[in-house]
Amino acid sequence: MGAQVKEQDMTPLLQVNALTKMYGPRIGCKDVSFDLYPGEVMGIVGESGSGKSTLLNAMAGHHAPDQGEVVFDTRVDGPVDTLKMSEPERRMLGRTDWAFVHQHARDGLRMSVSAGGNIGERLMAVGGRHYGEIRTQAADWLGRVEISDSRIDDRPSAFSGGMQQRLQIARNLVTGPRLVFMDEPTGGLDVSVQARLLDLLRSLVREMGLSAIIVTHDLAVVRLLADRLMVMKDGHVVESGLTDQVLDDPQHAYTQLLVSSVLQV
Amino acid sequence: MDDYNFAYLDEQTKRMIRRAILKGLAVPGYQVPFASREMPMPYGWGTGGVQVSAATLTPKDTLKVIDQGADDTTNAVSIRKFFERTAGVATTEETTKASIIQTRHRIPEADLTEDQILVYQVPIPEPLRFLEPRETETRKMHSLEEYGLMHVKLYEDISQHGDIATSYAYPVKVEDRYVMDPSPIPKFDNPKLEMAAIQLFGAGREQRIYAVPPYTKVVSLDFEDYPFEASKADHPCDLCGSEHSYLDEVILDDAGNRMFVCSDTDYCRSRRAEGHVGRLGDSEGEAA
Ligand SMILES: Nc1ncnc2c1ncn2[C@@H]1O[C@H](COP(=O)(O)OP(=O)(O)OP(=O)(O)O)[C@@H](O)[C@H]1O
Ligand SMILES: [Mg+2]
Repeated sequence: MGAQVKEQDMTPLLQVNALTKMYGPRIGCKDVSFDLYPGEVMGIVGESGSGKSTLLNAMAGHHAPDQGEVVFDTRVDGPVDTLKMSEPERRMLGRTDWAFVHQHARDGLRMSVSAGGNIGERLMAVGGRHYGEIRTQAADWLGRVEISDSRIDDRPSAFSGGMQQRLQIARNLVTGPRLVFMDEPTGGLDVSVQARLLDLLRSLVREMGLSAIIVTHDLAVVRLLADRLMVMKDGHVVESGLTDQVLDDPQHAYTQLLVSSVLQV
Repeated sequence: MDDYNFAYLDEQTKRMIRRAILKGLAVPGYQVPFASREMPMPYGWGTGGVQVSAATLTPKDTLKVIDQGADDTTNAVSIRKFFERTAGVATTEETTKASIIQTRHRIPEADLTEDQILVYQVPIPEPLRFLEPRETETRKMHSLEEYGLMHVKLYEDISQHGDIATSYAYPVKVEDRYVMDPSPIPKFDNPKLEMAAIQLFGAGREQRIYAVPPYTKVVSLDFEDYPFEASKADHPCDLCGSEHSYLDEVILDDAGNRMFVCSDTDYCRSRRAEGHVGRLGDSEGEAA
């Protein structure tokens, strides 16, 4: 794994320190810390209700955590705790260097806007004012996510679930983000459609050198995409390490259970 | 004057509306919430504009009311009568003689002056509403100057129609800051939004007032390769021959004969009075 070598000489792209989010007395996620290096893909697995989405949304600034830091290596100012940023700064980050892929494409797409408009939105949000160039980039990105550019003026509602998810990915990646958060990107799709999406994600991650944090309860997804893995239970990280090591030689009893239950399926 | 307070509204309400107007003038293009009052006319009949006019009128003012450029449409006539009765102010159809002009859907052709106030009736004040129905979100977009969505709307226009098909309520950016809906005026009128007069916008149902002070920079949004154009029918007025005014198309008969006439009736009449003649007009100002 390249990530091990990089750790010597690189600033982490993201440093999460003791992140805690409570829902009243109930734990959402507790005391989570890890570093993510440029080009690295981190998988977060665990059963339903273990706190994966809570952790992801807290990192992405969708809701305010109770404690902790989420330090991002910004282009201009270097490492900055994004939780201490002003709201405009954080929203700007969300349109430029960060991207968020929702489980349900309709949460991440504008359903009343054409595919081209959906992809172009981030370009226009950062000042794109040349229609021809926006359209060329939109067509290019449709191609990259394997959607015919003849569909550029169709609305997402005319797309299949798998196409909608690929469109959501194109819409997110068009501005060349450095960090992508994904919550169950293959959830809710047919198995064959899932496989195609996974292949696509894998090649995009490699081509663009993307760093990503992927939440899933599907161990096949992390096996294929993630360099490293965190296993969550009841809001806590119970085990973490290189993906193959964790999956092939799980140390924690809960991970052993998780891996074996998958093998039985 | 009957039993009403001057211009119908009580003094306290007028003060509240004036405060909103002043705030609007201080922050050009920003939508100021105000507590819209019930008016003795249905929404859609310009209750927002009427409340702004009521709070702005003084006994010495001369009021003109236009609807689609004309002084004699039902909507314009009833608002004019309303203020004749409740404020007893003088009224006029001549743009140059009016100190306050309430309008729906047009800016007069004649250049307005520093002594005049133009009051617009606004149905939907929020330009971002088309793509973002959540009020909390549009408010945040305004405060953070996140206006990419406005261009998504123009992008959609071009991709569907080949050019920017939005021809009314064409969005503008005011003083390099707030994106504003200029009310459903034709985009032909957009360049006139940079003017010497004070412009006040009132939305009754939506309870918003906004304003453009004199000589404020107002830019129509566009793309580099699809620049804004203040288009109109490519035709002179058939009555007064004007090449530069906004025209209404009028069907003359079942045979499909049509004529184009100035939508600003006062402008057309005054040109004819000066002796200008169009294809179907005569110098007396009568249509053929
Ligand atoms: N808005 C909320 N209010 C209160 N409790 C919540 C809220 N959202 C999540 N929780 C609780 O926090 C815990 C973690 O939930 P979370 O959604 O993060 O789990 P998850 O690992 O993403 O599960 P899944 O795989 O089902 O998506 C659960 O106990 C859940 O009930
Ligand atoms: Mg979840």
